[in-house]
Amino acid sequence: MKRFLPLFALALCSVLPVVGLNSYAMHIAILVIMWATIGMAWNLLGGYCGQVSFGHAAYFGVGAYTAGIFYSKLGLSPWWGIPASIAVVLLFSFLLGFVVLRLRGPFFALATLASGEVMRVTAENLDGFTGGSLGIMIQERTWVGKTWYYYIILLIAAVTFFLVRKLMQSKLGYYFLAIREDQDAAESLGINTTLYKTIALCLSGILTGIAGAFYTNYMGYIDPNVVFALHDISIIAIMIVMVGGAATYWGPFVGALIMVLLAEIIRSVPGLGAAHQTLFGILLIVIIIFLPNGIVGDSKKLKRLFGFQRASS
Amino acid sequence: MYVIRLEVFLQTLISGLLLGGLYGLIGLGMTLIMGVMKIINLAHGELMMVAMYIAYWLFVLFHIDPYLSVFIAAPLLFILGVAIQKYLVNPVLKVESILPENQVILTVGIGMVLANLATIFFTSDYRSTPVSYATNAFYLSDFWKDSPIELSLSVPWAVSFVFAVVITIILWFFLSKTDTGKSIRATAQDLDAAILMGVNVKRMRVVTFGLGSALVGTAGCLLIPIYYLYPSLGGQFTLIAFVITILGGLGSTVGAILGGLILGVFESMTSTYLSMGWAPVGRFVIFVACLMFLPGGVASLLRKKRVGK
Amino acid sequence: MKMLEVKRLSMFFGGLAAINDVSFAITKGEILGLIGPNGAGKTTLFNVIDGFYTPTRGEVFFKDEKISGLKPHQICALGVARTFQVVKPLQRMTVSDNVVASAFLRAKTKAQAEGIALESIEFTGLADDLDVLSKGLPLGKRKRLEIARALATQPELLLLDESFAGLNPTELNESIEIIRKIKARGITIMIIEHHMRVIMSISDRIVVLSYGEKIAEGTPKEIGNNPLVIDAYLGEAQSA
Repeated sequence: MKRFLPLFALALCSVLPVVGLNSYAMHIAILVIMWATIGMAWNLLGGYCGQVSFGHAAYFGVGAYTAGIFYSKLGLSPWWGIPASIAVVLLFSFLLGFVVLRLRGPFFALATLASGEVMRVTAENLDGFTGGSLGIMIQERTWVGKTWYYYIILLIAAVTFFLVRKLMQSKLGYYFLAIREDQDAAESLGINTTLYKTIALCLSGILTGIAGAFYTNYMGYIDPNVVFALHDISIIAIMIVMVGGAATYWGPFVGALIMVLLAEIIRSVPGLGAAHQTLFGILLIVIIIFLPNGIVGDSKKLKRLFGFQRASS
Repeated sequence: MYVIRLEVFLQTLISGLLLGGLYGLIGLGMTLIMGVMKIINLAHGELMMVAMYIAYWLFVLFHIDPYLSVFIAAPLLFILGVAIQKYLVNPVLKVESILPENQVILTVGIGMVLANLATIFFTSDYRSTPVSYATNAFYLSDFWKDSPIELSLSVPWAVSFVFAVVITIILWFFLSKTDTGKSIRATAQDLDAAILMGVNVKRMRVVTFGLGSALVGTAGCLLIPIYYLYPSLGGQFTLIAFVITILGGLGSTVGAILGGLILGVFESMTSTYLSMGWAPVGRFVIFVACLMFLPGGVASLLRKKRVGK
Repeated sequence: MKMLEVKRLSMFFGGLAAINDVSFAITKGEILGLIGPNGAGKTTLFNVIDGFYTPTRGEVFFKDEKISGLKPHQICALGVARTFQVVKPLQRMTVSDNVVASAFLRAKTKAQAEGIALESIEFTGLADDLDVLSKGLPLGKRKRLEIARALATQPELLLLDESFAGLNPTELNESIEIIRKIKARGITIMIIEHHMRVIMSISDRIVVLSYGEKIAEGTPKEIGNNPLVIDAYLGEAQSA
């Protein structure tokens, strides 16, 4: 039964638009699925390989701008940005990884945080190329309704899910986990840790970049402070995986659902909107102290808390 | 032509050194926290921001000069630091989780809350404390009547710098001569040995976080006469603190001071000769270059000289 | 044939010589013991041979090929495996996963890796704990897991760092048996140990380090009666 859960879920999701959700609900669904993709990508590098990146906005933004620049400078449809972002983000991730993967633990975290910010500043300053703080606006919207966007992002998310799962069950998966658990031991067992960390980073980056390219096409407008945002992209990516459950297959979906819904609720309640960072910050602190492996990871703890399991188990 | 070039260079150098003095203070707080507790505090800049708002309101409501509010803000920040350490950081250190960087994430959360609360209560308007001597300056020509070049030293900058130097010296004495100070250094250098020697490590950690917070709070008070205050300024200063800590060498007080001066001069030079916009990029480059080529920072260079190898 | 040759090896940290001008060789199939007081540089020597440190001076040769300066994973691929003094289990992975991960070095498919891993696990007597998370294992089993993992990389030279420390007598005998079985397979072994009786009984030859320098080399009998060694380390004459 469990083996068919993903296919079942995919089938369910595919049927959703037919049921007739309104435009707003479809928008939420698209956001959830996009964030789940970003979460899965982050999870590959962070949850499974143990390299906690605080700068995933860098990959998102590079992907987004690839699509945007295809439109603004090359006059092509920004949809070309999606396949193109694979190559562009691959190159970018590889170069960035060359620099930051030498660093361990907290230093890696810091370097990735700084790299996200550097990309933001760079995009702002290179205004001849990127349009600077004015950003890039896509004048022609491909479809009026949300349905096709939904199916595209669903496809991207499904591919990501099955890719991650296949990977983790293969040699790569074992190597990622070994590196996470003890990098020196892994080295001594013949694992080329630099190579495999780079693979994890590039894959993670590419998947995030594709989500970014999709974002440009869906929203129709990007600027450095939106797509390279520390708090709105990088930190949210971390929160999604933390809340949902690091190193689990379904964690990013659960996390994305919760975070997107939470953001919408906060935005709709008058007066609460200004406090959204405070609430997210508090959520982060609470999760990290009480539920560090997320909802899926700490499901036993949660069940005990809600009385579904006897304490002795 | 040559005279003007020299003048610009010297002026930039002086500005850089003055800035560096302040930076050193910011870096000191962080290097202590990182050295003793091996904790990466990504909320460091936000703590400074809190102190700056305290100084601001003391100025606006009670007309207390920012330099005097150091004596109020620093203790308050100390208490805040102690509270954060005791009630938030310590529990996290005990937790068993898949993601290794828990406490970094925790400090990110703390920073978010602090910055956002400031925005809610104080709005994101830029604030400043226009003290009466804000635009006063010392001029080289005042002292050296026939000098070929003109150099100016802004009064608030100079006072802040002197303050920073004095506090650094006091801190240095504290760390090397007092028992508490030595215990802190012991905990930083070798945790197990410190425990064996009877150091109350738990208390040292709490004290250190408080001390680090007080130091960055002091830097904030010294900065507010010269800088604009707004809730999200914390982020860039956290990055600055890290660059200085790495540049100077983890856990080294001398390193933090030197690192601060070096960074101050570097930033001053790039903003004069290049442009301001690229400052975060410059910092990142230094940060990564240090981590890759000089992981022990300036302190390791000094140590090498002493050992003679 | 010389399996491993260490030529005039020195490792300096700052001004401190952890290893100073050490030379010795290991022949194929033998068990070489490495003993010496704490801080003598034994684990540092392993770290240099295994590639975690690049020697300040001198060279290391494995089967006449220079390996000093290579990365640990490259050296492992060439056929040198090691265990760590402070055991490093891949904690949140099961015993089985731990060994499968290392088996992938030589295996072409997952099925092959699982086969090699299972064989290695049974060899070290951990077959009952296949699905136990390695962080839940007692020390004795963790040490055997280290050995199982190292063996799964199908090494020709095995470096064992204090695999007997902290074991009770039963575990000790089991471990000695495992070492004998490894030797019987033709794998050359170099072993660091403080347990005098153990190392005297299983080693073919012994090298003694003190303060980073080699002070003696010979058969267990020779070493046991060597006055320099007794002075620096043993305290009283030891019989093999």
